[in-house]
Amino acid sequence: MKGNEAMAESAIRAGCRFFFGYPITPQTEVSAYMSKVMPKIGGLFLQAESEVAAINMVYGASSAGARVMTSSSSPGISLKSEGVSYLCGSDLPAVFANVERGGPGLGSIQPSQSDYYQATRGLGHGDFHVLVYAPSTVQETADLIYMAFDKADEYRMPAMLLTDGMIGQMMEPVVLPDPIEKLPEKPWATNGTGMKRVHNISNSLYLDAQKLEDIVVNREKRYDKIRATEQKYEAYRTEDAEIVVVAFGASARISRNAVDAAREEGIKAGLFRPISLWPFPNDALLEIAKSARTFLSVEMNMGQMVDDIRLAIHDTRDVNFFGHTGGVIPQSSEVLACIQKLEAGEHVHMVPFHSRYTGGDQ
Amino acid sequence: MSRIAVDSKYCKGCGLCVDACPKDILILDPDTISPKGYHPVKCIDESQCIGCKSCQTMCPDVAIQVVG
Amino acid sequence: MAETEELKVVRPHALTDVPFSYCPGCGHGIVSRALAELIDEMGLEGDTIGVCPVGCSVTMYDFFSCDMVEAAHGRAPAVATGIKRVLPDKFVFSYQGDGDLASIGMAETVHAATRGENITVIFINNAIYGMTGGQMAPTSLPGQVTQTSPYGRDVKVAGYPIRVCELVSQLDGTAFAQRVTVDTPAHVNQMKKAIKKGIEYQQQKLGYSIIEVLSPCSTNWGLDPVGAMKWLRENMIPYYPLGVYKDVKANKEA
Repeated sequence: MKGNEAMAESAIRAGCRFFFGYPITPQTEVSAYMSKVMPKIGGLFLQAESEVAAINMVYGASSAGARVMTSSSSPGISLKSEGVSYLCGSDLPAVFANVERGGPGLGSIQPSQSDYYQATRGLGHGDFHVLVYAPSTVQETADLIYMAFDKADEYRMPAMLLTDGMIGQMMEPVVLPDPIEKLPEKPWATNGTGMKRVHNISNSLYLDAQKLEDIVVNREKRYDKIRATEQKYEAYRTEDAEIVVVAFGASARISRNAVDAAREEGIKAGLFRPISLWPFPNDALLEIAKSARTFLSVEMNMGQMVDDIRLAIHDTRDVNFFGHTGGVIPQSSEVLACIQKLEAGEHVHMVPFHSRYTGGDQ
Repeated sequence: MSRIAVDSKYCKGCGLCVDACPKDILILDPDTISPKGYHPVKCIDESQCIGCKSCQTMCPDVAIQVVG
Repeated sequence: MAETEELKVVRPHALTDVPFSYCPGCGHGIVSRALAELIDEMGLEGDTIGVCPVGCSVTMYDFFSCDMVEAAHGRAPAVATGIKRVLPDKFVFSYQGDGDLASIGMAETVHAATRGENITVIFINNAIYGMTGGQMAPTSLPGQVTQTSPYGRDVKVAGYPIRVCELVSQLDGTAFAQRVTVDTPAHVNQMKKAIKKGIEYQQQKLGYSIIEVLSPCSTNWGLDPVGAMKWLRENMIPYYPLGVYKDVKANKEA
């Protein structure tokens, strides 16, 4: 099954019955799958007039109490950020996926991770966070989108799956989760008072500055709880690792091969793979920094995660970077070459320029 | 006979009811100031009220009603 | 015999006791009251979800007793779409001003209409941006002086006003479009009847209905409330003729 199709089917199994989308490459398979399946199971696929309209339809459907989803790719996520901010401000759950492509602007349609800053810091105006999950396999795509619906409802906030054209279009065997049996109650939903309760209001406007501050501070307490309990990661061969590669999503797949190759050469390398990008798995990474000598961030961008690694380890170790951007995919041989340099005591911070990087000719 | 109820908490003294009244029996009371600082509407001769409800129909603040 | 002061004004149940935040003489209050009365009369309060816009009616969720959702600027039709698709048997209305509906939210408006989205849209057209202090609106008249058209709306620079009812009535998904106003008691009653029709058409699942209400903004027009009604009559109604622009039931009967 393709990653994007597994995402769509798993969302349906998580109880999602409403999907509002707008066409964009490379998330096309998600919409196509939803449009094919939803009408047959009593759900709705609606192609909106714009990304902005789609996310605002999500806002309405979420407020009405439904499990609802949209998906897009980088330029479309920029447009959706209006609605994401309003969802957060109104404490409404929703799930959306960013099948990233190269940027900025129209960029390319090739796989990329250059929306890391946007995902972890810039999904709209105001003081807020979004749960961000980065799968590195088709199986994990299915598992994480399923979990994203639960977490979004639990914390009453949007959750995003940050994936890319590589994971999205890759075919892998997948065991899909069982369909959810019971959806959580939503006593806050605006689904009609039935004259049995006072009215519910979905709103992000507070003209009284003190009231807004209180609400934002209160929301931050929820974020603190999430930071403390929802950090997700995978640590691979890190127990005795001196060189720890940090990578998420597609670049983690590539890095894993490089780590194995380095181990074959007797280099003590390991891989730390953040699964939740917000909250970033600070605690585990700080723990690893106690024994590791140096870190290498491998990303499909210009090094956007480097800051988060430095923050997580309190800048106690050198943080190197290797990446490709614009839709160019790093090779595990390139990552291995960087690990070898680190083993030799060098510092690495580079995206190969002009021609394909072949190792050692920086 | 119809009677006029006014809620001066809501009345903003806009005068739309005064203008709409066909019998010219409504005024903005110059001797009263509401908590929000408006001169609320007042009926000066209920005996002439024909109960047409023009005043309440025009009221933007649900502040005046024809009763009975 | 009791004194006048002891008589009580009974507010519609669909309204809370929060006073409207509108300026004295504002048309918003007249329309909001009529809508609340209809929700009462039709027994809809428990089954109503209202969507309020950005604009002077932005805090409308405080005024109505039914469930309410605040939308981003212009997005009320999209938000209402999301709600209505989840709750097809509830009464869903959006309440929008001219800047919200005909400028920043025009795409949402046109597409909700052409989809035949089964919602009722109440559109307050006062030819100005009220909440932000009187800027030129998509419906400001040619020559109209506003904060951002201080020499009068120059159609060579700013283009022409949009006649919303005429525009959306061309779309197949629009079931009902009527332009009304609130300058006289007779017109207010007509406005209320039009909104009632919009609600009924939604109940009959006929599609998108819009009631455009020409409404005064005395504060930003720089007129007293009664003078604003006169200005509306003399300037807005000639440019925006009142009447039914689309009625799928009437068209079928004809």
